[in-house]
Amino acid sequence: MSGMVTTPARHIAWHLILAICAVVVLVPVVWTVAAGFRTQISLLMGEMAFKPVLSNFAEVLFSKTSDFLINYRNSLLIGTCSTVLCVSIATLGAWSLHRMRWRAWVVNSFLGWTLIFNMMPPVALASAWYTMTRSVGLDNSFLALILAHTTLNLPMAIWLMSVFVRDVPRELEEAALMDGANTPVLLRYVVLPIIAPGLAATSVLTFIFSWNEFAVALTLSTKQSATVPVAIAKFAQDFEIQYTQMAASAALSILPALVLLLVAQRYIVAGLTQGAVK
Amino acid sequence: MNAKLDRTAARTADRNASPGSDTLWKWLTFSPAFAFMLLFSALPLINLVATSFQNVTWTGGQADHSAAGLSHYLALPADVLFRAGLVNTIIFAFVAVGGQAVLGLALALFTTKVTRGRTIYRAIFILPILIPGIVIGAIWKLMLNFDFGLVNKLLGAIAIAPHDWLGGSDTALLSVIAVDIWHWTPFCFLLFLAGLESLPQDVFEAANMDGANAWQEFIYVTLPLMIPTIVVTCAFRLVLAFKVFDEVYLLTGGGPGTSTEVISFTLYQRFFTEDQLGYGSAMSVAVIFIVSLLLVFAISAGRRFEGAAK
Repeated sequence: MSGMVTTPARHIAWHLILAICAVVVLVPVVWTVAAGFRTQISLLMGEMAFKPVLSNFAEVLFSKTSDFLINYRNSLLIGTCSTVLCVSIATLGAWSLHRMRWRAWVVNSFLGWTLIFNMMPPVALASAWYTMTRSVGLDNSFLALILAHTTLNLPMAIWLMSVFVRDVPRELEEAALMDGANTPVLLRYVVLPIIAPGLAATSVLTFIFSWNEFAVALTLSTKQSATVPVAIAKFAQDFEIQYTQMAASAALSILPALVLLLVAQRYIVAGLTQGAVK
Repeated sequence: MNAKLDRTAARTADRNASPGSDTLWKWLTFSPAFAFMLLFSALPLINLVATSFQNVTWTGGQADHSAAGLSHYLALPADVLFRAGLVNTIIFAFVAVGGQAVLGLALALFTTKVTRGRTIYRAIFILPILIPGIVIGAIWKLMLNFDFGLVNKLLGAIAIAPHDWLGGSDTALLSVIAVDIWHWTPFCFLLFLAGLESLPQDVFEAANMDGANAWQEFIYVTLPLMIPTIVVTCAFRLVLAFKVFDEVYLLTGGGPGTSTEVISFTLYQRFFTEDQLGYGSAMSVAVIFIVSLLLVFAISAGRRFEGAAK
């Protein structure tokens, strides 16, 4: 690829194609965010030029009939808790599976099961989770959603952390043990520093997936524990769709992803590519 | 050589100095993951299979179970929604993933041609992957709106009559597929770009020296080397495409008629709208079975393709 002589004209053509694709990606998002700054009438009339208003955001965030701030807090809470839980469990589990001399059949059947589990439609599991949480009195609670999201993301987290854990040089672990370190010390002072970037990548992705998850949140949450996606879906189902408020809440809901894209793009790319390419 | 021998000797002599010898921590580190998968995935599946042989009725918040035998499974083939859902999901998954793979590969190839601005293009192209599915639905519900959507407006500018993309049974499934392609092509792009960047450069130099043109280089060098990445990416995407729910829920709700009924949506309706726990469970078990079968088929077809390419 690099050896090819590329003429400037060709170069401009590549950039032109890529720029068009970038426009195709960006325009729907920008247009929707812009719709959040319009009045319903301006949107319905289809005017191209409009005077931006903040009323939709004010309505979505601060009106008495809107729970969006609570939904936002719920999503942050569930996302953070399930990410911490999921990534801790996955890291320990992945390290154990690859470094603690488990028999091959244990490793293979466990990882195989996580793959099969990943194929199941969450909706199919949601009903079983619903009856289970109900029978132990956990229904309507945050804990049920946190546990559900942890479980949903666990296969991906284990597979990703497996990649990073395998990169830790065995010699280093053995040397630490010969120096008299026990397992917790080994994990904390030898393994953890090496896998830290992988841990960051997995955490960022796990959080985003929990933030984005809809099907299970829809079935396991109540009015008090509803997450952001559930709230946005409500806008679309009202008898008279509040398009501009829906757009405003959509704009607010992609803020965490935008922030993470700006500050942690490296980790997002690493997380998304490591699992598949290696 | 000597150092290597020494190290091997040291390793065999010092078996105790391997992490695996700490039995307590061996179990402590693995058991949380094991317990989670057992409690929240294996147990629900067993629960699901058991319920699929039962009739569940609710009386005053109390569930009554009675044996139903195989009746739920026998009723499945005649269920119009289930059949429509299955057919639509399969069409959706293969067309959408096929489109994403082709577009994603093209985009990744274009990106490798430019040196400046690669990071910026990549950052923009990643964006849709990070947006919640339900928000993707909201965005395109606005974009495809008959009256004020940008799509009809742009088409109007080049004198094409507006169309009710999501409301017309002829275009609804196609629209949902197009939205999914918009949503997930970036994912294929990202993985393909990583794959392309990790290819050995000397093969391309050899191809250039042999006078291969760009097309020949792509067909005889790039594509065969990329097949493993393509197979893995498509398998991953197919798994997700079979589970599609969020976008459909918001965009069309399965309609008009059954034209965008997908299997996850059928399951949702049977379970949560109609409260048919037994029947819904049977449908879930059938879906899990069919999806695993299709994936085994798709992956082995991919492997064969991979083998043929080598």
